Amino acid sequence: MAEKKLKTAEEVTWKDMEGGNVITEPGNASLRRTGDWRTERPTVDRGACNKCGLCWLYCPDGAMKALEDGYYEPDLYHCKGCGICSQVCARKAITMIDEEEL
Amino acid sequence: MIRMENEAIKFGKNLVSTKEFLAEGHNFCSGCGEALAIRLCCKALGDNTIIAMATGCDEVCTTPLPVTSWRLPWLHTLFENAAAEISGAEAGLKIMMQKGKVPKRDINYVAMAGDGGTSDIGLQALSGAIERGHDFLYICWDNEAYMNTGIQRSSATPYGASTTTAPAGKVSIGQKTQKKNMVEICAAHGIPYAAAACPSYPFDLLNKVKKGAEVKGPAYVHVLSPCPTGWRFPSNLTIQIGRLAVETGVFPLYEVENGHYKLNVDRPKLRPVEEYLRPQGRFRHLSDAEIGKIQDKVNEEYAKLKARVAAFSAA
Amino acid sequence: MSKRVVLEASHAVAEAVKMANVDVVAAYPITPQTHIPERLAEMVANGELEAAYIPVESEHSAMSTCLGAASVGSRAFTTTAGQGLELMHEAVYIASSMRYPIVMVVCNRALSAPISVWADHSDVMAVRDTGWIQVFCQNNQEAFDMTLWAFRVGEDPKVLIPVMVNLDGFTLSHVTEPLFLPEQSEVDRFLPPFKYQLALHPDKPTTHGAFGMPEIYTEVKVGQEVALRKSKGAILQGWKEFGDIFGRYYSPVEPYRAKGAKTLLLTMGSLGETAKMVIDEKRDKGEAVGLINLRLWRPFPFEEFRQAVKDADVVIVFDRCISFGGPGGPVCSEVRSALYDQEKKPNVIGFVGALGGRDMTAKDFEYVIDRGIDVAKTGTPELFETVGVRGKVSGIRG
Repeated sequence: MAEKKLKTAEEVTWKDMEGGNVITEPGNASLRRTGDWRTERPTVDRGACNKCGLCWLYCPDGAMKALEDGYYEPDLYHCKGCGICSQVCARKAITMIDEEEL
Repeated sequence: MIRMENEAIKFGKNLVSTKEFLAEGHNFCSGCGEALAIRLCCKALGDNTIIAMATGCDEVCTTPLPVTSWRLPWLHTLFENAAAEISGAEAGLKIMMQKGKVPKRDINYVAMAGDGGTSDIGLQALSGAIERGHDFLYICWDNEAYMNTGIQRSSATPYGASTTTAPAGKVSIGQKTQKKNMVEICAAHGIPYAAAACPSYPFDLLNKVKKGAEVKGPAYVHVLSPCPTGWRFPSNLTIQIGRLAVETGVFPLYEVENGHYKLNVDRPKLRPVEEYLRPQGRFRHLSDAEIGKIQDKVNEEYAKLKARVAAFSAA
Repeated sequence: MSKRVVLEASHAVAEAVKMANVDVVAAYPITPQTHIPERLAEMVANGELEAAYIPVESEHSAMSTCLGAASVGSRAFTTTAGQGLELMHEAVYIASSMRYPIVMVVCNRALSAPISVWADHSDVMAVRDTGWIQVFCQNNQEAFDMTLWAFRVGEDPKVLIPVMVNLDGFTLSHVTEPLFLPEQSEVDRFLPPFKYQLALHPDKPTTHGAFGMPEIYTEVKVGQEVALRKSKGAILQGWKEFGDIFGRYYSPVEPYRAKGAKTLLLTMGSLGETAKMVIDEKRDKGEAVGLINLRLWRPFPFEEFRQAVKDADVVIVFDRCISFGGPGGPVCSEVRSALYDQEKKPNVIGFVGALGGRDMTAKDFEYVIDRGIDVAKTGTPELFETVGVRGKVSGIRG
């Protein structure tokens, strides 16, 4: 996922900050792996899923990806495992599974 | 002016842009209602937007140097001045357009702040900006306390809630005062548009943000942002808690458009407030009698709101 | 062809702001600055100045609104005094750390309590470390000139630092004097339009004002300090170009009849002109005394200052505020610090006076110089003497 090299705070020199603290690369936070946070991950049962998109709509992290075929899939690089998608799914098609069990 | 996005997902007759202006990889807590609200509101605003934000969860979680979650032009300086910042940005760009220094363009000028940065320390700047009539939309993310600094009380903290600076204790119920009603305060300024919204009702929220951005002059949208960390409920219940806030009448969803009131979500019978209070750790200490008091107050305020709706509805 | 006019200093400042074709004026009225925003509002109302005049609801919002205006690349101006400068204190730091070239004219006013609307330097000394370029004016011409120059220097792409122009409240701000106003065409030659490369705009989304963890805060601050030090080059260049176009040359340290002077009096602001009368009298009597007008306060002009005082035996520093419990008057303690490492250094004697608008006459300066020379011979345990205070004072020790 992270092909681009992200300069961490510790690698930045004072010369990099010379233009004031303006960040010129929009959305470069997406290179951060917030998926490390979770203790559970969502799994989608395609048999039950009716492609309604509510899981995508309600994800605070934008970590439910809309696929070409109309289904949705968690972006495990970013998913924090909050479980909202599982709760809002009207078809109970999303189950939260403990990371430890995998 | 809102540009229609080509890429969108259809929910009934609602089109929601697939563009993510709040990049994933942000530092909001798992299950954060405010993060969801920001993500959705930005979809309604589109890329023709400038955001001026106040210090708070919204700012700290999205811009840890050297990275940013923002795919929109974004400014943050201090805690109490989101409304003043946007006043300067709006006036600056507009005068430069008038003088021919930059090409003319309709831009959404949006100020964003939490409840602390709005109803407490930011109230003066907000009042000033509304009075001066700047063309901007102000969105308040209300998680009902100073959450970013560790759950301290604000004037938006509801009666009976326990926070770290108004904790429930042997001789205290927690918050002793009633929540400040920012929508009414803005309406009292004669603001063209003020509304209350919640991410549990996403299409209503998107609609209100669109309307607020399109209005000429100041507009205010107050967004209830359920906070699993500060309200103390499991992170997967954010949407449910927000729904209960509305269905119990604790946080009615309504609009005030040029003084005309409209209730967006109403039920023949409100759910008992207990259904909203009990799942949250911040209310765990409340006795049945105290919950009864809260129920009475909610009933009273809801009746007042319905009376205003009846008296001042659009012709 | 410049024209000679007679204007109050506040109105001269307004003229400079108008000729600079400022985009946004966001100011809150406070004595003794009020004539500046009033005149600007009048100019806008009559169409003489095409700008957004924003009547903000406090000084904190005045600076905040300027921050917003500067962030989108518009030319922003504000003005305040005393308590107003204090109220916007946190926002003053932001302007410099965000590298926004806002220009602010401060009509120096004493800080409460007790409340005083009259002049001294306690307000500007409280913002010493905020990272702004800071200069002081002695008269109406300088009030106009420095305001105009401030936009030029601050907006230089190699600088991008806000500039504070200081005028003594009432004793300069409300004084009516003749001065020369340039032609607009000359001003346009001197001051190009402001082009901010990182301006907030939907076409190029940037993030301004991010959050700094301990791992990165130091780097940002050091970058800011280096930029302020480096700005000296642009400051001097700006003054040279100003002189070339308008005929008046300024410098960071301006000696007056200091050649061969064994005793030098150092002042900042309009009192220097009163002191110059005393220097003239004493020189006529054959006394080897001179004056140093310290114009550039930040970044402190170490080189020029050491050069100016290198032949003196005594430097008498006159401060217009007390730094409570500290190493003496703010200017005096910085002067001592600037000379600490010099092999040959003059005796530095500190005086404090003209607090809260108390009058400082030529006679008072005569006393200061004579007494200063005496004290240099006999020595004193006191850090500074307060001129004109009623009742004997001792125990202000270093």
